[in-house]
Amino acid sequence: MTTTLVFLEHDGDQLVRGGLGVLAKAATLGGDVAGVVLGHGVADVAASAGSHGASVVFVVDDPALAAPLPQPRVDALEAVVAASGADTVLFASSVLAADVAAGLAARLDAGLNWDVTDLRVEGGELVASRPALGDTVLAEVSWTSTPRLALVRSGTFDPVEGGGPAEVRNVDVTFRDFSTQAVLVERLQEAASGPSIEDADVIVAGGRGLGAPEGFGLCEELAEALGGAVAATRAVVDAGWYPYSTQVGQTGKNVTPKLYVALGISGAIQHKVGMQGSGTIVAVNKDPNAPIFDFADLGVVGDLHQIAPRLTELVKARKAG
Amino acid sequence: MKIVVCVKQVPDATAVKRLDPDTHRLDRSGEGALNATDVNAVEEGLRVKEAQSGEVVVLSVGPPKAQESLRKALAMGADRSVLVADDAAAGSDLVATSVVLARAIEREAPELVLFGQQASDGDGAVLWAAVADRLGRPMVSQVAELTVADGTVTGKRQTEFGYDLIRLPLPAVVAVSDAINEPRYPSLKGIMGAKTKPQETLTLADLGVDPGQAGTAGSRTTVRSAVPPPPKSGQVRLEDDGSAAEKIVEFLVEKRLI
Repeated sequence: MTTTLVFLEHDGDQLVRGGLGVLAKAATLGGDVAGVVLGHGVADVAASAGSHGASVVFVVDDPALAAPLPQPRVDALEAVVAASGADTVLFASSVLAADVAAGLAARLDAGLNWDVTDLRVEGGELVASRPALGDTVLAEVSWTSTPRLALVRSGTFDPVEGGGPAEVRNVDVTFRDFSTQAVLVERLQEAASGPSIEDADVIVAGGRGLGAPEGFGLCEELAEALGGAVAATRAVVDAGWYPYSTQVGQTGKNVTPKLYVALGISGAIQHKVGMQGSGTIVAVNKDPNAPIFDFADLGVVGDLHQIAPRLTELVKARKAG
Repeated sequence: MKIVVCVKQVPDATAVKRLDPDTHRLDRSGEGALNATDVNAVEEGLRVKEAQSGEVVVLSVGPPKAQESLRKALAMGADRSVLVADDAAAGSDLVATSVVLARAIEREAPELVLFGQQASDGDGAVLWAAVADRLGRPMVSQVAELTVADGTVTGKRQTEFGYDLIRLPLPAVVAVSDAINEPRYPSLKGIMGAKTKPQETLTLADLGVDPGQAGTAGSRTTVRSAVPPPPKSGQVRLEDDGSAAEKIVEFLVEKRLI
């Protein structure tokens, strides 16, 4: 019998969607599945995982885990792995989770596969899919020992709803001296407007083709009409047109909405890796040779300054009617 | 202050990358380049050194030809290089590489270890966190701004939720993002001078690493196969004739997206 742990990251009193999606996937792989919540004052947050299918949640509740820092979480997960006898630990990729997973890999001498886009059991063995080289190759990867660790590409799996409060099992941990040396001095939150791009079902993204920072008004209006969030390419974030928190791509976020509307985005590989997992991609670009047309489901060669406002109008009219 | 910058040689950005069909490893026989974010890490190391005095050592694990990339870092101004080149280390996964790197860093006993975020060949590699755990040192990643003063480093870390200001005592491990600086270009004098700077090559035995801990033997993950991904089907392409917005709406309705 296998036991799989799923690291459930939280932001304030909310569990982050990515981890809940991985939890849902883990439940389909067989064996025992438990969530892990690490933080301070997180009993209620942990219990809420029950409504996404977790029957058991391991919790380490300690002031040393109050700040979102990776190293004390490595100590805590090491303790949870020992207490649960888990042979697999899964993470939804994030800045924090990636550091926790790699630290745990070193601590346990465990194999870590990252950027995983699928998990399945073949002949009793866990196998993962991992796109490589800018997604030009799809590798099938596995592990040669336990525990097995995997970082799942964010947004790959959808959470499920249903179930009562989870049974919370507290685990004690002794922190290593070095693990608690880093301290969070300050959190500088960017005022987020609208839904976060990682949680959005619809994303309207803008690139250089918008022409000027004001062009993002077109993205915002269309996003509002579609009930979605606004994202940006690296080039326009670097140029200061839009905040970094909305950047999609290699040095930004990976997003997988149901619909991704790309306005004035060429589709360079750095951007592609962050959004190609989207359900449906609609691209508007005036350059017929833009690489985005190679992987857009609907590619429109035209002037976004004409098309986007009209599209916003039509979507609004349709929703009103 | 002694600073070790861990760097990696990756295939040149313009080269067509391919996996070796037998080993499923990246074919590294072509033109190599210093991983882009590692150049930012070298630059940051040089800036800390220039402000504080000290030494910048660039460190890499890789084939002998990785020497070319280390020389580029020396041309930028790094003082000396260390390359761990050993056939037994080829094919190392994250866990195995972290053993070798940690041992090589321990040998230098630096106060600051710098990494560049993201290797362009391995996508989301997260080596620094594994190395920091093996070294037993505090660590911060995704750093867009770094301040070193009074035995501490303070890093401004970019996360999905905004920025975190994180302070750690030295010695420490820091992974920088490419937003941290604009790297300098090597000067002609730097390029000429690089040839005479100390360039050390080490084996696993020199580091006291058991070959069983490195390479395929020390790895805990394996690649079973590597194939091109399935192609996309049903793509539609159109030129705007004035009715593109209407056609987009039709498409979205058909796909039940609105």
